[in-house]
Amino acid sequence: MEKATDLFSLKSLKLKTKQQELLLRISILGLVYILAFITRLFSVLRYESMIHEFDPYFNYRTTLYLTQKGFYDFWNWFDSESWYPLGRIIGGTLYPGLMVTAAFIYWTLRFLRFAVHIREVCVLTAPFFASNTTLVAYFFGKELWDSGAGLVAAALIAICPGYISRSVAGSYDNEGVAIFALLLTFYLFVKAVKTGSLAWSLASAFGYFYMVSAWGGYVFIINLIPLYVLVLLVVGRYSMRLYVAYNCMYILGMLLAMQIRFVGFQHVQSGEHMAAMGVFFLMQVFYFLDWLKHLLNDQKLFQAFLRITLTCAISVGAIALGVGTASGYISPWTGRFYSLLDPTYAKDHIPIIASVSEHQPTAWSSFMFDFHILLILFPAGLYFCFKRLSDATIFIVMYGLTSMYFAGVMVRLILVATPAVCLISAIAVSATIKNLSQLVRTKAKPTQGGSGKGTTSTKASSKGALDHSLPYQRNGAIALLVGAFYLLTRYAIHCTWVTSEAYSSPSIVLAARGAHGNRVIFDDYREAYYWLRQNTPQDAKVMSWWDYGYQITAMGNRTVIVDNNTWNNTHIATVGRAMSSYEDEAYEIMRSLDVDYVLVVFGGVTGYSSDDINKFLWMVRIGGGVFPVIKEPDYLVNGEYRVDKGAAPKMLNCLMYKLSYYRFGELTTEYGQPPGYDRARGVEIGNKDIKLEYLEEAFTTSNWIVRIYKVKPPKNRW
Amino acid sequence: MAKSSATKDAQALFHSLRSAYAATPTNLKIIDLYVVFAISTALIQVVYMALVGSFPFNSFLSGVLSCIGTAVLAVCLRIQVNKENKEFKDLPPERAFADFVLCNLVLHLVIMNFLG
Repeated sequence: MEKATDLFSLKSLKLKTKQQELLLRISILGLVYILAFITRLFSVLRYESMIHEFDPYFNYRTTLYLTQKGFYDFWNWFDSESWYPLGRIIGGTLYPGLMVTAAFIYWTLRFLRFAVHIREVCVLTAPFFASNTTLVAYFFGKELWDSGAGLVAAALIAICPGYISRSVAGSYDNEGVAIFALLLTFYLFVKAVKTGSLAWSLASAFGYFYMVSAWGGYVFIINLIPLYVLVLLVVGRYSMRLYVAYNCMYILGMLLAMQIRFVGFQHVQSGEHMAAMGVFFLMQVFYFLDWLKHLLNDQKLFQAFLRITLTCAISVGAIALGVGTASGYISPWTGRFYSLLDPTYAKDHIPIIASVSEHQPTAWSSFMFDFHILLILFPAGLYFCFKRLSDATIFIVMYGLTSMYFAGVMVRLILVATPAVCLISAIAVSATIKNLSQLVRTKAKPTQGGSGKGTTSTKASSKGALDHSLPYQRNGAIALLVGAFYLLTRYAIHCTWVTSEAYSSPSIVLAARGAHGNRVIFDDYREAYYWLRQNTPQDAKVMSWWDYGYQITAMGNRTVIVDNNTWNNTHIATVGRAMSSYEDEAYEIMRSLDVDYVLVVFGGVTGYSSDDINKFLWMVRIGGGVFPVIKEPDYLVNGEYRVDKGAAPKMLNCLMYKLSYYRFGELTTEYGQPPGYDRARGVEIGNKDIKLEYLEEAFTTSNWIVRIYKVKPPKNRW
Repeated sequence: MAKSSATKDAQALFHSLRSAYAATPTNLKIIDLYVVFAISTALIQVVYMALVGSFPFNSFLSGVLSCIGTAVLAVCLRIQVNKENKEFKDLPPERAFADFVLCNLVLHLVIMNFLG
């Protein structure tokens, strides 16, 4: 008690050690909470508070609709402004969790008389939930190891770039809320297994429901938890608590999940969810047999009974599964998830999935970039988990290993691995620092061997000998502590640098350095969309590649032919075919789709490399996948993709080429280069004299990034 | 002869099970009866579905899952109330029953929404 007051100079407070510890913990958690929020605000400070990327614009549009029209209209919304002429059943094909959460925050703030705009709420939803994730990480770490590990886990996950990449302010996407729901569900389930209480299992079922409503990655939960139960059964750590926790969570979670229309009956019909059902039945059989064994108390009789029941149960289960899969009632694993098990599947069979850059396999540099020292601390943490095995540590080890495998297959899934890596690394950091600081704090004990009892004398004397044999123990420990502090400081610096440089760009507004070092902003996208909004008739239809669909409907408020939802491959292939054909064939296709305007993105003047000419080969592949008349070799020369004089003739005359380079041949883009020099490809274009017969140029933005063309009505017959 | 030994085994099994089961307390027997009732109701529903077809599927699922769900929750209650389970010895049976009632409430509210 005396030491506590000595440490605290304000003697009037006179806090006991326990209260001091509580104060420390609460203040650390508070600071971590604020840190997680403010580290994600770079783009709001540098540009403005706006929604980034492509998918968030769709989420923003639906949230706007929800707050304006109410939940019932939102849930039953059929949108005729996208996928013309098919339309899209939005109410039944989205995950409502994010929109409902943002709308709920908006209504709460409005109720408290804060006059916020829904866009501000949307922009700041992800950082807010990132802060909440740090709190859940603290409680989870406390459950796994101790409160020190919890605090370290909260601090690590607050700034880890793997999580920041999808949860910066403005990235209004499902993952921002989903990672919070994922960690919450896992924490509640581990707590349920630990206590065996129905209340905690009910809470984890609700956590699972929130996850299902938020993101399609809930399939990871519904496969990891049965796998975990199976591992516990095999290892022999099963207990009554496991039965209570898993069954209550599975039944209630499955029922709640089926309330989301997009998920529908998948929990009983899809192959991806069958593992959970299989483990459910296995548990019933297993525990029933266990109960009988306990009742009978007789080995021989029980063995006979066991043989009969097991053969019956396994055969029934196998027959049911076989019949279900063969008859097609249980659908096989869908393409998106099947490509996780077989990474080469998408490239050969589903070009749309293969073309998304987030779905590519991960390089080592991405791992290092997103995790930094956590990558080295992860195996160390695994070692500590194995040293102190319990139900909770077995779970986190399984979560860590499975999520790291999937993170290796697809870049996007580094996000799912981040909480596991942070938690396991936190265990390593906390355990190491605890051991080291204990070494620093032990005073050299005098050898008590002589005065002790007989049995303890040898032990105490050997301990005394140990104290003497490592004289520099304390100095070594201090040196290692300084080293650990240095490593953690470098981690914090790296994370902040990565956040600032790599993950805070809104990608709808581009920035570059001018000739004199000043910052130049290219706001061409919004310029084009607002032109569409103000200068085209209300019912105009716009054809563009599917990347820009969500932005056109959200900001331009016009009907589009295809958008980022990519649910109809044939429709996208039709647009791809139109873009890759000669102008007259393309005109027929555009007339059949009632297209009024065509929008292309062109980076030749600014050197912007994510433009449509660079994406063109994917249009050819996707179009050629459905219409064999489009053949990829027609557009290549000796397997090489070129746009200069040596390019293939079909390439030089296709619609995409003409629309991108119309009037570009007269423009001088760089000093010392001939006119028509494409800065993104670094060559002079081949066909400079482009004449358009069926389209006319409607608008080109100030830096030529977005170009809009009007489709001319058919000529008079005479 | 193998058949008679199998039937003899089955009979011996049945007898020993019966005698062991008679020793369980009454409250656990009531819960067991409730579980048997719920499972048989589920089986009747499945047979009915096999006869008349599964449209509307959500109603069928909600019917069957409500039976299976309440059976499973009753088994969980039985586990928590059973005096022989060492893990739950400091859980008061009133708390176990309150949890059971709460979970059943949530189960049936969701079923009502899903019934269509």
